[in-house]
Amino acid sequence: MGQTIAEKILSLHAGKNVTPGELIIANIDAVMVQDGTGPLAVNEFKKLNKTKLFNPERTILFIDHAAPSPRKELSNSHSVLREFAKEYGAVLSEIGEGVCHQRLVESYINPGEVLLGADSHTCTSGALGAFATGVGSTDIAVVMALGKTWLKVPATYKIVLEGEFQKGVYAKDLILHLIGLIGADGATYKALEFTGNAVKNLTMSERFTISNMAVEAGAKAGLFETDEKTYEYLKEQGRADKFKEIKADTDAKYERVININLSELKPTISCPHTVDNTKTIDELEHVEINQVYIGTCTNGRIEDLRIVAKILKGNKVKEGVRLLVAPASRKVFLEALKEGLIETFVEAGASIVTSGCGACVGVHAGILGDGEVCLATQNRNFKGRMGNTEGFIYLSSPATAAYSAIKGYIADVREVL
Amino acid sequence: MELKGKAFKFGDDISTDHIAPGRLFHLRSNLPELAKHVLEDADPTFATKMSKGDFVVAGNNFGLGSSREHAPQIIKIAGVGAVLAKSFARIFYRNAINIGLLLIECDTDKINAGDELEIDIKQGFVHNITQNIKMPITPLPDVMIKLLNEGGLIEHIKKHGDFDLV
Repeated sequence: MGQTIAEKILSLHAGKNVTPGELIIANIDAVMVQDGTGPLAVNEFKKLNKTKLFNPERTILFIDHAAPSPRKELSNSHSVLREFAKEYGAVLSEIGEGVCHQRLVESYINPGEVLLGADSHTCTSGALGAFATGVGSTDIAVVMALGKTWLKVPATYKIVLEGEFQKGVYAKDLILHLIGLIGADGATYKALEFTGNAVKNLTMSERFTISNMAVEAGAKAGLFETDEKTYEYLKEQGRADKFKEIKADTDAKYERVININLSELKPTISCPHTVDNTKTIDELEHVEINQVYIGTCTNGRIEDLRIVAKILKGNKVKEGVRLLVAPASRKVFLEALKEGLIETFVEAGASIVTSGCGACVGVHAGILGDGEVCLATQNRNFKGRMGNTEGFIYLSSPATAAYSAIKGYIADVREVL
Repeated sequence: MELKGKAFKFGDDISTDHIAPGRLFHLRSNLPELAKHVLEDADPTFATKMSKGDFVVAGNNFGLGSSREHAPQIIKIAGVGAVLAKSFARIFYRNAINIGLLLIECDTDKINAGDELEIDIKQGFVHNITQNIKMPITPLPDVMIKLLNEGGLIEHIKKHGDFDLV
């Protein structure tokens, strides 16, 4: 019987043909934590009395959530990770290197691999044809020690993408639309597999945005097959030799098929306080904003920043609005500098913040005031997400965010494109 | 273990940000302190009003969002007897079992705030003492029961030296 991408990858890692619903012990290729979940993983790992990591070269610790540290308690948590990396030979990604999920696709994860991460947006690497999923610190501690874990093989939803985006509509609008359609728990325990004629036209950056938000529909993974674009991306990162063809069988079984015509989509906004509370820009009432946040693992890549710069060029951020830009990684930051994008942002009135998670996780660098409204390119708008339960978070594409920063309210970017 | 206590009701889509907010990120290295704020952003009075053994009773998709294990950890540390919900988000579910927090899937519409509940895991029902009704619970998968009985994932691995689930 044919297999989906998830079933194929998990079969190879379980050493047998797996079927949905089956419980397996799977070998794990790479494992990651960040500064919010890492110290607890270290703590649990130590309870196992192991003298070494199963695979230190592929145990990666990221300091990105509170980077640089705004408090002594968090500085101490960072020290725990640094000391652990040193003692056990794990890989450490320091302050300023970037958001974990961006760093993982840039430097660490390859097609066909299984990645387990103590961060829910680990599913981002699914765009590379890797089975990547988020778990908790205890699960990670065990994988660090044994190099394997138990998994329930998910059934797969096939998301068939056809047509082309109209101007002003992007991958972010697509994934927000899908989550609005099926709900925040619409794909709980399932793998999403994105396919159809439109996929070959999606850039890797767009695929990362889509895979990143699979978890916002409850999914365990958000997968793409590999193609020339995957190959080119890996080549640019110096890992062309890691390319592998990953593809579902034509007779694979899907639990559900959802068809989306990209040409029918409009700029889409998630309204407070859940990601599935979506409206098209045409349906949205007039919403004045206090802050615009552009960045994160969802939409902080160079392609996103280029779109933002194009819209901001020669314009000023509306008085009374704060625009914060966080390139997703140091690599992205450097590219943006070389291309003159950062100059455009600063001239428009933006503040550039350290590559990391910062405001999106409500730790620092962009906490909302009572009653304030933020339009962000991140993946979550839960109550309290940006550090204040009295704040209101809307989610959009980088283009909508940039244009709205100029207008002072959530605006229709199609007006200027 | 006796599972008897009072119901504290919450709605649908209670996220890990409601349970363990990002603004308290610095308390993650001090779980007993973080536990004093458990579910604060859904009900600011919960941590002070609840007593040991009481139940968190919610709607659909409880625990959605982040993978932070601190969320189930502080519910357990606060002394909550079990979380009852119509459904749970995937990562929260896995984390809760790994650390030994009991989760019960059942029709929570039949439970009102303040109801006295008693849970019988073996027989597979929730007894709503206040309303004098018994509700069936969706049985936990065998692997989850095994992990819970052994005190969570770390204890399981320590006991068997490896996974002994499949």
